Amino acid sequence: MRALIKPMMQPHRLFLLAMGIAIVAWAILTLDWSWLPTYLDNGLLLKGLWTTTYMLVLSWAMGLFLAIWLGLAQAAGPWYVALPAKGFCSVIRGTPLLLQLWFLYYGLGSLFPQFPWIRESWAWAYLREAWPYGLFALTMSFAGYEGEVMRGALLGVPKGQLEAARAYGMPRLTILRRIWLPQAIRRVLPTLGGETVLQLKSTPLIATITVLDLYQVSLQIRQDTFIIYEPLLLLAVLYMFYTGLIVLAFRFIERQVPAKLG
Amino acid sequence: MNWLFGLFEPGHALGLLALSPPGWGGALLTGLSHTLEIAIGSYILGTVIGVGGAFGKLYGGPIVKDLLAIYTTAIRAIPELIEILLLYYLVPDIVNRFLLSLGRPRIDLPPILVGTLVLGFVLGAYMTEVLRGAILAVPHGQVEAARAYGMTPLQVAHRVTLPQMLAYALPGMANLWLNLTKDTALLAVIGFNELTETSLQAGGTTKAFMLFFTAAGILYLIISALSGRLFALAERRARRGQPSIRGGGI
Amino acid sequence: MKLKTLIIAGIAALGLVGTAQAKVIKVGVASEPYPPFSTMDASGHWQGWEIDLMHAICKDQKLDCKITTVAWDGIIPALTSGQIDMIMSSMSITKKREKVIAFSNKYYETPAAVAAPKGAKFKATPASMKGLTIGVEVGSTNQAYAKKFFSKTATLKTYQTQDQANQDLAAGRIDATIADEMALEGFLKTKQGEACCELVGALPYDNETLGSGIGAGFRKSDTALREKFNKGIADVRANGEYQKITKKYFTFDIYGSK
Repeated sequence: MRALIKPMMQPHRLFLLAMGIAIVAWAILTLDWSWLPTYLDNGLLLKGLWTTTYMLVLSWAMGLFLAIWLGLAQAAGPWYVALPAKGFCSVIRGTPLLLQLWFLYYGLGSLFPQFPWIRESWAWAYLREAWPYGLFALTMSFAGYEGEVMRGALLGVPKGQLEAARAYGMPRLTILRRIWLPQAIRRVLPTLGGETVLQLKSTPLIATITVLDLYQVSLQIRQDTFIIYEPLLLLAVLYMFYTGLIVLAFRFIERQVPAKLG
Repeated sequence: MNWLFGLFEPGHALGLLALSPPGWGGALLTGLSHTLEIAIGSYILGTVIGVGGAFGKLYGGPIVKDLLAIYTTAIRAIPELIEILLLYYLVPDIVNRFLLSLGRPRIDLPPILVGTLVLGFVLGAYMTEVLRGAILAVPHGQVEAARAYGMTPLQVAHRVTLPQMLAYALPGMANLWLNLTKDTALLAVIGFNELTETSLQAGGTTKAFMLFFTAAGILYLIISALSGRLFALAERRARRGQPSIRGGGI
Repeated sequence: MKLKTLIIAGIAALGLVGTAQAKVIKVGVASEPYPPFSTMDASGHWQGWEIDLMHAICKDQKLDCKITTVAWDGIIPALTSGQIDMIMSSMSITKKREKVIAFSNKYYETPAAVAAPKGAKFKATPASMKGLTIGVEVGSTNQAYAKKFFSKTATLKTYQTQDQANQDLAAGRIDATIADEMALEGFLKTKQGEACCELVGALPYDNETLGSGIGAGFRKSDTALREKFNKGIADVRANGEYQKITKKYFTFDIYGSK
């Protein structure tokens, strides 16, 4: 706590702090927040927050898992594995996520009428919902970006270590599990927090394919009440809070992992 | 080659992409040009903000430093989509209220201008961080040596700091440019007819969503491939005479 | 200090540019195909009944009107913040919207209706549509109507545009959509609409949610422009221009009761 208070105790910071408090007070007092209780009571805001959270967590975990394989394929695979992996990463990183989402949701959807049997299959229960497309697109996006990062991290592990492991007669899979991957992941860790924040900031795009996330809820509030700025401001504050949580969490994790490399 | 162009005539598989109506190829290219216009405009604006921000963060007074810290932190913590939506309505609103309070009539702010301003303002936060890092990376001894030779501060900046900094800044700047070209797609959510929105409109009208989204995707890929090349060339030029960064240490 | 003067100078410069072309009226149209009222063709030109009418009214009143596309869900903020000067995008005149913006007199009228995939075995009533997933356009009168009468028994799915709801109806992701009847008929006349879907029926009228006809939206302060536009509507109704345009797209007068 003292570490937090001490740097604030400078005249100009106190002035800025006072200005900040004044702005917040002005925002609370003069802007229109009458809609807030309604949407807290009917659970819409919480529901949106929950959707955003699980979309972020699931796409993060699945994306990272895929990214390890994408990185490995590019760093160590034969050309017929490395090339498609590289192509995948380039396409994901070279096109807007919004376009990818619309391609998956409306593009695939426009093909359904030509294949009536799809509606009879077990997959239809998922294909007719919007969230699977959102989750899939977010996962692929994270996998594409992190696959590139993993490739760099894997290639950055000193060759000598792998050679030493081989000289000990370790099987290839064991080398991967004990030496190569752990070191690569340690290398990725400092950037992972930032990448996770980027992923969080991508989630509102799924609202454009009807997923009821936090952003979609704010849109609905805007439509119901014709209030433009307040719901967006609340949203900005919520996302900032969320970003802060992620940054703190990653700082904590990084501190648990010994920083010394190689 | 004739068979290739034949594919793009009305009635053929890709006829919807023909450059002149009833094909939508021309509309897509117009969308592409809007995308590029906004991207280039906001890149220039963002770089200007970034240069000011970076120098302010390094050499500014305490208040300037703190304000810049708030700017870069807040902008980078909030989703771009929400920033764009907020500012897209806020900027014309404030400008017009300001003018009305002066007794002047409302002005016409074209969406393309507002979009450029908003994206440039957002990019400025990222650019500030990239350029600040690059300035810090210039070895201090070189600046001191230049001063010892009696160079004026402007000469130091022109001959030593800026050229060296560019080499360190270019990889980050290239990344920001690539992200920016993709972020222009967010303007589609406001209904601005850049490439992504145009492909949605074309898809909505003709119901050939797959075709138009794929076409737009290929255009984006071409932009990213071409600009990746250009930045690589620029980086090589900026690095002339410098030891390679890669390969050292590890 | 320097920065402040620079900003003021910049805004003033913009103001000069602005006043030089201030006479252009920017008409906001939702950027989605909405046949037969407003659709964009491949050369980027907007056409359709509403667009023709708009041009006729602007010509009658000697206004220099220019179409600006905006996202439907942000069309009212775009108007109030000054991005556009008027809305002409099949917007119903409702009490709720009138708290924020002002409307011209109505220029056409349409009931709400239900469309569904071909062979649907339900009627356009809440009881018959129990348990279905119904697509509506966000911020539309039909969304308000569906919320009031259908949300207790059915699942509502909101779309950014009606075209996207229609798209998902064709894809089979929703069981029905509630929208303006005339726009639905426009969709059902397209190749895709003809192949997939049919009109189930019109819905009973409700003044609170559906409002009183469709009008153009203006900022509350722009009374002069609104008056001009009202005069224009009356003029084109009187001189036969309205009927001429309507004949191009419909077989009956869509103005509704007087």
